[in-house]
Amino acid sequence: MTQTRHEIRFLLNGEDVRLPEVGAQDTLLDFLRINRRLTGTKEGCAEGDCGACTVLVGRLAEDGLRYETVNACIRFLASLDGCHVVSIEHLRGADGGLHPVQQAMVDAHGSQCGFCTPGIVMSLYALWMERPEPSETEIETALQGNLCRCTGYEPIFKAARAAAALGDPAADPLALERKDVTKRLEALADGVRVDVSRAGDRAILPGNVADLADVLAVHPDATIIAGATDVGLWVTKMMKPITPAVFIGHLVELRRVVETGATLRIGAGASYSEAEAALGRVYPHLLPYWRRIAGWQVRNMGTVGGNIANGSPIGDTPPVFIALGAKLHLRSASGVRELPLEKYFIDYGKQDLRAGEFVEAVELPLASAGVHHAAYKVTKRRDEDITAVAAGFAVTVRDGVIAEARIAFGGMAATPKRAANAEAALVGKPFAKESFEAAAMAVAEDFAPLSDWRASAEYRSLVAANLFRRFWAEQGAGEVAKLEGV
Amino acid sequence: MTKFGHTGTDANHDSAIKQVMGRAEYTDDIPEPIGTLHAYLGCSKVAHGTLKSLDLSAVMAAKGVIGVLTAKDIPGINDVSAVHAGDEPVFPENTVEFYGQPLFAVIAESRDIARRAAELAKIEIDALPHVLGPLEAIAAGYPDVTAPLKLERGDVKAGFERAAHHIAGQMAIGGQDHMYLEGHISFAIPAEDDDVVIYASTQHPTEAQMIVAQVLGVPAHSVVVNVRRMGGGFGGKESQMNLFAAVAAIAAKKWNRPVKIRPDRDQDMSSTGKRHDFVADYEVGFDERGRIEAVEGQWAARCGFAADLSGPVTDRALFHADNAYFYPHVRLTSRPMKTNTVSNTAFRGFGGPQGVIVAERMIEEIAYKLGRDPLDIRKANFYGVGERDVTPYHQTVEDNILERLIGELEETSDYRNRREEIVAHNAKGGIIRRGIALTPVKFGISFTATWYNQAGALLHVYKDGSLMINHGGTEMGQGLNTKVAQVVAEAFGVPLETVKITRTTTEKVPNTSATAASSGSDLNGMAALDACEQIKARLVAYAAEKWGKVCSDVQFVGGRVLCGDKDMSFKEFIAGAYMDRVQLSAAGFYKTPEIHWDRATGKGQPFFYFAYGASCSEVEIDTLTGEYRVLRADVLHDVGRSLNSAIDRGQVEGAFIQGMGWLTTEELWWDDKGQLRTHAPSTYKIPLASDKPREFNVRLAEWSENPKRTIKRSKAVGEPPFMLGISVFEAIGHAVASVADYTECPRLDAPATPERVLMAVERLKR
Repeated sequence: MTQTRHEIRFLLNGEDVRLPEVGAQDTLLDFLRINRRLTGTKEGCAEGDCGACTVLVGRLAEDGLRYETVNACIRFLASLDGCHVVSIEHLRGADGGLHPVQQAMVDAHGSQCGFCTPGIVMSLYALWMERPEPSETEIETALQGNLCRCTGYEPIFKAARAAAALGDPAADPLALERKDVTKRLEALADGVRVDVSRAGDRAILPGNVADLADVLAVHPDATIIAGATDVGLWVTKMMKPITPAVFIGHLVELRRVVETGATLRIGAGASYSEAEAALGRVYPHLLPYWRRIAGWQVRNMGTVGGNIANGSPIGDTPPVFIALGAKLHLRSASGVRELPLEKYFIDYGKQDLRAGEFVEAVELPLASAGVHHAAYKVTKRRDEDITAVAAGFAVTVRDGVIAEARIAFGGMAATPKRAANAEAALVGKPFAKESFEAAAMAVAEDFAPLSDWRASAEYRSLVAANLFRRFWAEQGAGEVAKLEGV
Repeated sequence: MTKFGHTGTDANHDSAIKQVMGRAEYTDDIPEPIGTLHAYLGCSKVAHGTLKSLDLSAVMAAKGVIGVLTAKDIPGINDVSAVHAGDEPVFPENTVEFYGQPLFAVIAESRDIARRAAELAKIEIDALPHVLGPLEAIAAGYPDVTAPLKLERGDVKAGFERAAHHIAGQMAIGGQDHMYLEGHISFAIPAEDDDVVIYASTQHPTEAQMIVAQVLGVPAHSVVVNVRRMGGGFGGKESQMNLFAAVAAIAAKKWNRPVKIRPDRDQDMSSTGKRHDFVADYEVGFDERGRIEAVEGQWAARCGFAADLSGPVTDRALFHADNAYFYPHVRLTSRPMKTNTVSNTAFRGFGGPQGVIVAERMIEEIAYKLGRDPLDIRKANFYGVGERDVTPYHQTVEDNILERLIGELEETSDYRNRREEIVAHNAKGGIIRRGIALTPVKFGISFTATWYNQAGALLHVYKDGSLMINHGGTEMGQGLNTKVAQVVAEAFGVPLETVKITRTTTEKVPNTSATAASSGSDLNGMAALDACEQIKARLVAYAAEKWGKVCSDVQFVGGRVLCGDKDMSFKEFIAGAYMDRVQLSAAGFYKTPEIHWDRATGKGQPFFYFAYGASCSEVEIDTLTGEYRVLRADVLHDVGRSLNSAIDRGQVEGAFIQGMGWLTTEELWWDDKGQLRTHAPSTYKIPLASDKPREFNVRLAEWSENPKRTIKRSKAVGEPPFMLGISVFEAIGHAVASVADYTECPRLDAPATPERVLMAVERLKR
């Protein structure tokens, strides 16, 4: 890579922004509020959980310009290179007055204290663009990442239902300006490496995947940042330095989700949202689970690769992917290495990742006949909550006998882990209630979970056992074992 | 007259359009003058101990740091106690009393610098044993943090002797964080002499003013406190802003530069107060029909390290320990315990909900014991009309509408049929069980600190016919400004947009009470009306003088002024009045009549009236994980004659969900070291859109009218509907009880997290 650019360039509402001085840890929210005095975007939590800072970010994906809601509080400024940032100040109706979503919120008395309101409006705006006439579940899903403490949400639902009648998304300024914005973003996409810093805090955006390997060979200790939904909190909550930081969210090659015939290959940079459709096609049982990972904004930012790479014992993708027999592709300047996903997790905070290596993709075998699948996520609050217990089940039945069982849990140990004793209790046994009852007893031998604010050890153990009972009730007995709409 | 937006119409919140556009200004959005500095607090990481040394040299040495503030830098009195108890230092000198207690402040060129520098302090604390919960505190011989209360009526001993049945039990009730979306913030700008001007997110500007004056050692007239709006308050900004206002003001005066302080969410939740946790011990005696004979109960509260508002909060728990029920013989006591935790404070309901939920627990106990529908037990114990109508604090309930209200909701919610269906569903024995409950609420309106029940307003009619009203209340989203403006617009018969409400400021209306106790529109609406009446009286006299006796009946209607054969626009009339030198400004005042309270004897009439409501909730629970979902909720709530039914409905809906959150997923969890570990939305889970009941039918009791002469016969609405969320809790209990065929009261503690629900299921299965 010969060329390097020393400035971050993006569109902010209608304006071209060029910033020669950007630190790795500078956030979009601070930039909007402090540097630009665009104070409509609020800070409620600075950890991506309340949505008061929701803005839209448009980026050039392989299928064209794509606008998504993101949390500005944990979105790093450097990662916006080549993007279009749309804040609440940019919203307007086709006639220049209130936007249909804003008008619907006023009509429905959807704001009280008003502090969450700009963020709610942005989420409803994104929903309206995608689904102008949303179902109740779609409204709930769109608002998973937005807290409101005043209204009880009822009037916000009314606004979401009413917006379609007040305006057509095709006539929205963002839709009408789409071509122009695409052109402007294309002009920014020069494909060169970007290297910027402020007061020694350095951010590097490699020009492509090969360049990423080169950068990491020189900076093996760099912080790799894809969606920043975890690293963002290292900065905003823990105030940990991350320099030098290597941003990879802009690398479209890493975001590809490809069905190859035998496998589904999810690029490490693919966001949860990007992976959702293909994953749902191949493994429909994962869809409801997937939509309970964090909130919409975080699913638009956070990546499958990041969720695996950071090695958390409570990441949501590892248990279900391990159950499916996923393989991890690790890449470095010296080549590519493959390993079964469960082997990646060695111990708490320790993964099988060598210096200069990065997670390139995760590969799932396509579903085969005779396998019963389930994915469970148990939390204190249904949506946008970190898992107390998560489990992935893949149970292969042949002639009424359990031929293979791959069952992995999250939240039960220092790493995502298979339930070896429970699996052993199932294999070779009839596909019958008694077998799962035996597995429910056996799983106690597999884990010694911790107690914390999310759940006690006792609760986790009991739930883990009960998930075997649920699996049988649903897949064997055909009982209704789920709450409505879950 | 709808287009005029007067009372009784659904005028929009006055800031609605600004809010959806992101143009409503909050304290952090105010442009900062050049030279503005930022403060940040450094806090204790020990729950209890002696402060041995506080080495701030590394903090001071950090680039961009201007200085630090410690206990030694406080020019006046080092106390920010809301009740002037002298137990709440800005920064302690010797003893550290909770994990998260502010010990010093850093002042720096930017907030980021200050926040990072605060971490550099070297703090040595000799740890002492600490206690976190109320029972632990009693066991360890900790003192009451403020004087306990006893309410007693009748002959408790004789009542229990007469009762056919006795049940005694204990219930733990969790606290709650306010989780206002806008955290605490204060911004102080120094001025000449001793003066300082403060912009703060506060429900109580007068208190912030008094506290700032106290810590600076200057008279109150040197301090101005302003608040245009808050991003939510819920009681969390009734006293908890004191410390932030004090720090900003001290720093602003010391360095003679504007100083802003805004804690991050973790610090806001760790270092400011929240709803009181209680452990209640109750004993109830009742007859074969389920009618209560006698009640004895003790409410022990986690109050934290300082008194703050724990006295009136724990008092109010006792005032509401009867909820809607007549106790013939009763003795109730409070134990406001000192603990090594952040000082608990006001939160919507102010202790009332923790009283009400225990009353409901006792009803449930009786129902399970007798194998009856809890609604029948509720009805059997409702206050009577003209009999069985005296509360444990000896006030007669004179405005009882329980029977009509509950009867109506029972019908519209189809409670009886649904309950039957649910019991039949559960009888099939599946994994998913359902439950339903219909619970009432009766809530006393008035500050129990009687002197707080006063308010002022300042009204200007400008000579172009536009009006500006200012009052002592603060706007935190509840629509107070809109309601008061509606009252004023109606008084002069002018369109709502003619009336402007500006920020609340201690310069315009002095000695205000907190916007709390649901009293905002009751008090300030009346004060504003008084100001209107004064000016109108002058205008009427003026008209009579100018146009003769025929003009003694002046009407202000439709934007016009009519008297005799005169018909002119309001604007024209006012312009004339100005030219004829009529005073067009007035200060209004109101104090609530009739109320009195003698705490020593536990007798009086602390409440002007009661607000009522009821809700019916249906839930389903997962008996394998304890997770649940609210399928439907029906609400019928009494706001008297509504000033603005859209705003009132918003209060009811929001309060229901907030009350539900308190009792379900909102869990405060301290570790053994005394650190609160649920201190941000990532760990502390308030309801989301998907937690809202799938079907949510909210109605106001349109037939209700306040028999007391309140503003337009309306009733207060802020707090009472919070307790409607209790029906969700009891419905969960009903579903849990199904696993033991309803033979046993499930005795859930609050909050009923999925874990507590599952453990209750397991307990009952055995």
